[in-house]
Amino acid sequence: MLKYFGSRLLTFLPTFIGVTLISFAFIRVLPGDPIIVMAGERGLTEARYAELMTQFGFDQPIYVQYWDYFIGVLQGDLGQSFVTKKPVWDEFFSLFPATLELSICAMIFAVLLGLPAGIIAAVNRGKFLDRALMSTALVGYSMPIFWWALLLIIVFSGNLNWTPVSGRIDLIYYFPSASGFILIDSLASGQKGAFLSAVRHLILPTLVLGTIPLAVIARQTRSAMLEVLGEDYIRTARAKGLTPARINGIHALRNALIPVITVIGLSVGTLLAGAILTETIFSWPGIGKWMVDSIFRRDYPVVQGGLLLIAVMVMVVNLTVDVLYGVINPKIRKR
Amino acid sequence: MNIKTNISGLAFALAFAASAASAQTLVYCSEGSPEGFDPALYTSGTTFDASSHPIYNQLAQFKVGTTEVVPGLAESWEISADGKEVTFHLRKGVKFHSNAKFTPSRDFNADDVIFSFNRQGNADNPYNKVSGGTWEYYAGMSMPDLLKSIEKVDDYTVIFHLNHPEAPFIADMAMDFASIMSAEYADKMLKAGTPEMLNQAPIGTGPFIFQAYQKDAVIRYLRNDAYWGPKAKVDSLVFAITPDASVRYQKVQAGECHVMAYPNPADVQAMKDDPNTVVMEQEGLNVGYLAYNTKVAPFDNPKVRKALNMAIDKQAIIDVVFQGSGQIAKNPIPPTMWSYNNAVVDDPYDPAAAKEALANEGVKDLKMKIWAMPVQRPYNPNARRMAELMQADFAKVGVEVEVVSYEWGEYLSRSKELDRDGAVLLGWTGDNGDPDNFLAVLLGCDGVGASNRAQWCYKPFDDLLKEAKVLPTQAERTPLYEQAQVIFKQQAPWATIAHSVVFMTMRPEVEGYVVHPLGGHIFDQVGLK
Repeated sequence: MLKYFGSRLLTFLPTFIGVTLISFAFIRVLPGDPIIVMAGERGLTEARYAELMTQFGFDQPIYVQYWDYFIGVLQGDLGQSFVTKKPVWDEFFSLFPATLELSICAMIFAVLLGLPAGIIAAVNRGKFLDRALMSTALVGYSMPIFWWALLLIIVFSGNLNWTPVSGRIDLIYYFPSASGFILIDSLASGQKGAFLSAVRHLILPTLVLGTIPLAVIARQTRSAMLEVLGEDYIRTARAKGLTPARINGIHALRNALIPVITVIGLSVGTLLAGAILTETIFSWPGIGKWMVDSIFRRDYPVVQGGLLLIAVMVMVVNLTVDVLYGVINPKIRKR
Repeated sequence: MNIKTNISGLAFALAFAASAASAQTLVYCSEGSPEGFDPALYTSGTTFDASSHPIYNQLAQFKVGTTEVVPGLAESWEISADGKEVTFHLRKGVKFHSNAKFTPSRDFNADDVIFSFNRQGNADNPYNKVSGGTWEYYAGMSMPDLLKSIEKVDDYTVIFHLNHPEAPFIADMAMDFASIMSAEYADKMLKAGTPEMLNQAPIGTGPFIFQAYQKDAVIRYLRNDAYWGPKAKVDSLVFAITPDASVRYQKVQAGECHVMAYPNPADVQAMKDDPNTVVMEQEGLNVGYLAYNTKVAPFDNPKVRKALNMAIDKQAIIDVVFQGSGQIAKNPIPPTMWSYNNAVVDDPYDPAAAKEALANEGVKDLKMKIWAMPVQRPYNPNARRMAELMQADFAKVGVEVEVVSYEWGEYLSRSKELDRDGAVLLGWTGDNGDPDNFLAVLLGCDGVGASNRAQWCYKPFDDLLKEAKVLPTQAERTPLYEQAQVIFKQQAPWATIAHSVVFMTMRPEVEGYVVHPLGGHIFDQVGLK
């Protein structure tokens, strides 16, 4: 197992260097000079332009700029945002807990509903329940996030007044943000009603962000279960007289889980992409909107630093998924 | 992990929460996050709303709702006969705010004024490079060329020595970049090794005291009970950062916000019909225009430019592109600005006359490009659509138009080129309410090859601007600017298209809000019924 883990870890290093290169190059291949964009309609003189080029280090050859960036990354320095003038590292980690919290809630929601839905659909293959569940999943998968979010806000916040429109907690609650996770901080604050308020604020964004992964997990679970349920050993289990719950829940599900876990791992990327829209609509202070704003402003340090950190996180999640394969299926770790 | 919440103390926070139910809190749904809280470092209105307006004061200030300059931290000022010395007499007894790390030991005085400008203009000042300071507005308003030195006469008198007379200088001093910081706080933070706190935990003299900021979520302020001017009407002010306009509206309807900025133009009618919302409106201090390249034939001929202007159906543009959130522009400055010449008559929409005028000038089978901006601005919410409407209008007079666009940075830099092919859609939002800030920047000879996208240098017009710029009073300058607008209309270097209309939406219980022509959102005299 240790050898398997080590081999997976070794692939990390070249990928990491590749990611630094791509994140550095990505924003630079886009047309648009950050200094001119920053000056806007107002413009600036040539002397001022040259001064700012020097100040931001753009007068250096591109390989020198990359090398400086790479060395900075190794030392944990991702540079300073052109716009807010604050270290990228600080900005990222002040916003990331909000995105992580929302993503975890969305993923829990997606798995808790998606797995049983997929299993029920597979067990009832071809019946009404199967069709109903899979059609709903298809609708969920196809729904534009933006539209879905506004619809939920209008119905649940506007008309029914059940949930707040946006934000992370009611404005009357104010306490130090120690962990950055509003559920933890609100509990720790000891303020009456704060935790409940935080939960109420999480409901709609979780629903919106979790909808697509839920649909994908449900469909993937169904097809994986169907494949496994047709295997010889399931027939043997049935012949042995095992209960359907034991056959489906233990023998079939464990083997069907491998492709499902792959999908869950890959959904991390989808969640981050979905977070951009979800965070914008629900005024959720996370990294999604921060990254998009930075691309428009050509804020090089933020874009390259943010991309790098997100890529490293996705890599870590995928490494974890690889390791989980080994845990679930002993055949994989012995290969 | 560095959580960007600046805490003034847990006990204080709890006290706030406990008293929140009884205290009056005004919640403003703002459209975005401030870049920081030191207004001299930044250029966006969103940042100024959160920093210079609630937290700071300037030597002079704009009277809310007007572009009139009134005393601020300076009680009065005098300009020398040659216009090169401006003496400010400072207000006494003005207190700076306190926070967990700083309690001021003295009142505001001349040292604070000198520090606030020196840090921007003097490269040797220890604060010059703090927070990556590029001081864009200080540079943009030509302060490095204009300011020779600042002299402290005594604690309450400072003299600004200028290199040349500059009539808009007092208005410049009312701008956000000229906000007055505490030199004592700056010294203390420098000694503590945390100079960036000036930008992150601001200390000012303004009507509200900064309390906390959670990035991209909430900004909190408390009323400054020691404020030198009329005290704020609410106990606390909260900015709930809500980037999506539809969501802002939902929050106002649900009572989660009292005031919101920048509604969707398409929602404005519904808001007006909604008993839970009040909509205020005013022309914005901006102009959207189409700048011909007056250096390239046939656009070097004013008669051709005027003919093309007559071919544009501006009302259709207002209806389709602005959806009612704009008004037709006839002058290069907006109607809310002093010296606006209402006697100027706009070119009528008359395709037949336009066609005839083009034929008279020997223009046949003209092909041209119209550049459409790739970004949205209040003065032009949809440049592509606007360009397409103009394309259809010009086709009616026999002019074939190709609509082109570039990435925003490219657009800005290529549109400055002297031999640029085509007319450019662009616009401008005023900085200091002074006509010179529009006319000289956008149409003066010095701006050719830069911010003067028409590349238009017309001596009679330029002479008027230069003459007006050194006259000391508004009354003396006004007739010159009025005359300049007449010349502008005759020469037609632009087709003036529109001024945006700014809407503010609020709940009925909000009282005392005034729409500010310079675009800021100011809450110190806003109360709740």
